[in-house]
Amino acid sequence: MRKFFAPLLVLAILLMVVAPVLIAEAPYEATMGLIQKIFYFHVPSAMMMMLSVFICGIWSIIFLLKKRPAADHVAVTAGELAVVFGLFVLVTGPLWARIAWGVWWTWDVRLTSYFLLWMIFVGYLLVRKYGGPGSDKLSAAMAIFGMANVPFVYVSVDIWRTMHPKTTVVTTLGEGMAIPFWFCVFAFLVVYSLVFVSRLRLEEQRARVEQLFLEASDI
Amino acid sequence: MFARVVLLVMRKDLTIEVRSREILYTTLFFAVSCVLVFAFAFVREGEPLGDAAAGILWIAIAFAGTLALGRAFERERHAETLRALMLAPAARPAIYVGKLLGILALLFATELIIVPLVALLFAAPFFSRPLLLAGLLVSGTIGFAAVGTLFAAMLVRARSRDVLLPVLLYPITIPVIIAGVRGTAALVQPVVDPAIIVMLISLLVAFDVVFLTLSLWTFEPLMTE
Repeated sequence: MRKFFAPLLVLAILLMVVAPVLIAEAPYEATMGLIQKIFYFHVPSAMMMMLSVFICGIWSIIFLLKKRPAADHVAVTAGELAVVFGLFVLVTGPLWARIAWGVWWTWDVRLTSYFLLWMIFVGYLLVRKYGGPGSDKLSAAMAIFGMANVPFVYVSVDIWRTMHPKTTVVTTLGEGMAIPFWFCVFAFLVVYSLVFVSRLRLEEQRARVEQLFLEASDI
Repeated sequence: MFARVVLLVMRKDLTIEVRSREILYTTLFFAVSCVLVFAFAFVREGEPLGDAAAGILWIAIAFAGTLALGRAFERERHAETLRALMLAPAARPAIYVGKLLGILALLFATELIIVPLVALLFAAPFFSRPLLLAGLLVSGTIGFAAVGTLFAAMLVRARSRDVLLPVLLYPITIPVIIAGVRGTAALVQPVVDPAIIVMLISLLVAFDVVFLTLSLWTFEPLMTE
């Protein structure tokens, strides 16, 4: 993990310096104007959260079935990042909605279901922290059920009438917007990987210290 | 063999309950107090607000359900009987299903009282379509209890389980409660559109299938020490 850190850090800094320039140069959206540009951070954050949710869920399944602590380390890292990136989404969303819809928040299906998904992963972290011994398994179950909720979240926009833009908006972007958008997605992916490897290493170190402590107290 | 274990576990739970009636009475009392508290929030000048009855009904069911789940497993913890159950040479999923059926019986018994009570107090025409109402209640309660039984069983050994049960249970089961509330609210409209209610019932059934499958599948690894 360590050898990835430096190159990822350099790449992440570079991308994050270029991203605002590209976003500033991108064409203005006809009706929303400047505020639409928040979309370049909002949507990639949401994508990273979804990625996190799946990583957390799948590695939780592996952990439950194979009982390998390494899988649990990956799951807890992804679980934390899901909450962090979910928070980005929940902060940037209302900022945009205040201008576009005139309200900070509306109890729309999409918003509600996303908020719920985020709550599930906050619950995941709470269980980990306060569940005591055996909380790794408890939280793994939470993550699996959280992942099972994703299809309902994703489909919700397309089934129910909702104010939130549909997910198809991404594939129908004009070239002027598509390039900065996918650049931002890539930049977020790199930042995500950077934080991921650092946090994963931290978790592994923590587990090792715990192991050493247990061995030492046996003597 | 599977069915026999399920029946035995359920019969054990129901026998204890019939002898003490502890969970049924406390849950029922709690559900009625919930309804009372909401009555103050959602009634203006003697008239209940719009769809309040549907929401009140489901929140009362969810809160009372959490209480029942907590109690049902607290009982197992007391004399380490859950460990004894796990040591028994029986399929783990069968034990889960047995516990689930016990909880469901309790929740349905509570609903038998709560639903007419809410209908009466809030002048809500719940019984205009009894079959649709039953469909919503049964599918909704199964979804809630399926996840609830799994988590309550897992939490038996955890620290601060009383706090963690709602923390785990509510975010995951809120979709079920939302569908239940929407369906029940559609039921009390002046003009009932059965299509919407049937759609919500099928959504609830989809949740039930997903939650039950996941629970049956994870119960074994989760309950293994």
